Amino acid sequence: MIPDVPPDVIRLDEVSRVFPTEPPVLALSKICLRVGQGDYVAIVGPSGSGKSTLLNTLGLLDRPTSGSYLLDGIETTTLRDGARTRLRGRKIGFIYQSFHLLAHRTVAENVMLAEVYGRSARAGREKAGLGRPRLGRTDRGSTWNGPAGRGKTGHGPVDAPAGVTVNGYGRRGRRARAEEALEKVGMTHRLDFLPDRLSGGERQRMAIARALMGGPSLLLCDEPTGNLDSKNTGAVLDLFDGLRDQGLTLLVITHEDAVSSRAGRRVRISDGVLTEE
Amino acid sequence: MDIRDLWAEALAGMLARPVRSALTTLGTVLGITTLVITLGVAATAGNQIVGRFDELTATAITVEVPDKADPLVTWDAPAALTRLRGVTSAAALAQTDESSNLQVASNTLVDPTRVTNQTLAVVAGGPELPRAVRGRMTEGRFFDAGHVERRDRVVVLGDQAARMLGVTRLTSAPAVFIEDRAYTVIGILGDLRREQILSTAVIVPPTIGADFGLKNVTRVLVNTTLGAADLIAGQAPVALSPNHPGELQVIAPPSPTRARDGVQDDVNGLFLILGLVSLVVGAIGIANVTLVTVMERVAEIGLRRSLGAARRHIAAQFLLESTLIGMTGGVIGAGLGLVSVVAISAAKEWTPVLDARLALAAPVAGALVGLLAGLYPSLRAARMEPVDALR
Repeated sequence: MIPDVPPDVIRLDEVSRVFPTEPPVLALSKICLRVGQGDYVAIVGPSGSGKSTLLNTLGLLDRPTSGSYLLDGIETTTLRDGARTRLRGRKIGFIYQSFHLLAHRTVAENVMLAEVYGRSARAGREKAGLGRPRLGRTDRGSTWNGPAGRGKTGHGPVDAPAGVTVNGYGRRGRRARAEEALEKVGMTHRLDFLPDRLSGGERQRMAIARALMGGPSLLLCDEPTGNLDSKNTGAVLDLFDGLRDQGLTLLVITHEDAVSSRAGRRVRISDGVLTEE
Repeated sequence: MDIRDLWAEALAGMLARPVRSALTTLGTVLGITTLVITLGVAATAGNQIVGRFDELTATAITVEVPDKADPLVTWDAPAALTRLRGVTSAAALAQTDESSNLQVASNTLVDPTRVTNQTLAVVAGGPELPRAVRGRMTEGRFFDAGHVERRDRVVVLGDQAARMLGVTRLTSAPAVFIEDRAYTVIGILGDLRREQILSTAVIVPPTIGADFGLKNVTRVLVNTTLGAADLIAGQAPVALSPNHPGELQVIAPPSPTRARDGVQDDVNGLFLILGLVSLVVGAIGIANVTLVTVMERVAEIGLRRSLGAARRHIAAQFLLESTLIGMTGGVIGAGLGLVSVVAISAAKEWTPVLDARLALAAPVAGALVGLLAGLYPSLRAARMEPVDALR
């Protein structure tokens, strides 16, 4: 019997992105990329090479001009705006160089924000025929079905990545889930602090907790250590290693060799053309 | 998105910048306060005016009769009027332009140095006149039916006229000379509450009035019970002149209800415009600040979109924030307005008249202003592309 192989988390086929300026700019040129479940991929390249465009495309924040993009086996280029938004909310966690925290909300509230739009994401997925949420059930349990729907495909449930309890979409237990996520990034002592009282490293750990809160299949990181010192950089990279070890797929855009060298796979992009290293 | 989450996010967004939100609210507060004060004070003042609407004014009717060769109203008319239910007294008068400036002199035997020639009005009136003008005989008596029938050459002076002619006492049966004809003064009429012009007149019986061209009734004074004026004003012309009621001109007191409505309309018209202008200014303020807030929170919008917020979630949040600001302004404005109405009433010693519906309508109006003001900024926020917002 042939085992049921889960699909790639990311599959790009001949993806191009042309900005219709005068003259037109070819930001991505027929890119093909496959990223499997649990992969830790670093995308490197000089400024203006197309890294951010690639990240926006992968994060469903931008649409390719041509080509095909399958996220967890779902063709995203033909989805309407609303379905893409719901898919993004459920499957993708973002980590930014500038953290993007809400300054007037506490650490716990910032992390809980990840679940605020979750309910509509679930309803929208079912409405759009995208099936059940792949990460666990919705309201009762606390186990993670694993990336790429392993639980659904017969491989049985696996433990959630460190610090992540990825079930509920509802309000009930949201605070507890946020505390649990923050505990795994070592931030429970700052639950009710405002972000401006935290160090850069703490802010990024808080952002990581928020990205993991929704139980994503994919973590997209845009220069995640760009604003951190070497000590905090090391701590964040250790955290990434732990997540990778637990089966989460990571894709990191970086300039820093220290960061890219920790990834299992390096991909270089230059003038919109992707090459494996 | 759970509706409770939407409320929580909107409330947090509003409270994130409390000073700015408070200042934004001010426009709506001013508008709603002005509106509530306008409506409250208008109702209170209108009520007060009705309260001061005195009984005299509310019960006095005058019927003007055109002077024609064939008289429209006879001297018996008051008797016909008093038969109407609601009429307390009535009297007929005759006065013409010619009779308004006649030379009247008193007897100079007592004090030859005195100037006694006066130009006075001569008015013919029936025996019912003192009651109809709500006056009092300060000296002597008024002529009666006997004087009228006998065509006695008697007069009654108005108190001012008596003073001008030097007639103070009637014990010696003084006489006055009208156009050089002598008439005995039998009384002085004073303390007039109606037709005060009669205090400077010489009043003669109707049968003597013909000497001065005062043959026909020119005016009928009617007093009614409180509340009957409107009804009697309609009936009087028919009772006085059944064949030509349309030719009589009735001067009736304005109805208390009409007076109150008139005052409210006047006050409301002016100040409602002021209140509405304030509200529009408030709305523009909210729209401006919300738009600035949207521009400042571009990164937050991008973050929310990346977390799965749809465009409608973003629009709903900003719309709810501006609505909450407007509603807060409405609540504060309603409170301030109601307190102001009570304070103004206390200062003027009026009884405040407050419509309880105002307390509910004002916050709703404020919320509506906020909602309308937030429409454009919310749409701007919702239209932002996440990739641009996160850049």
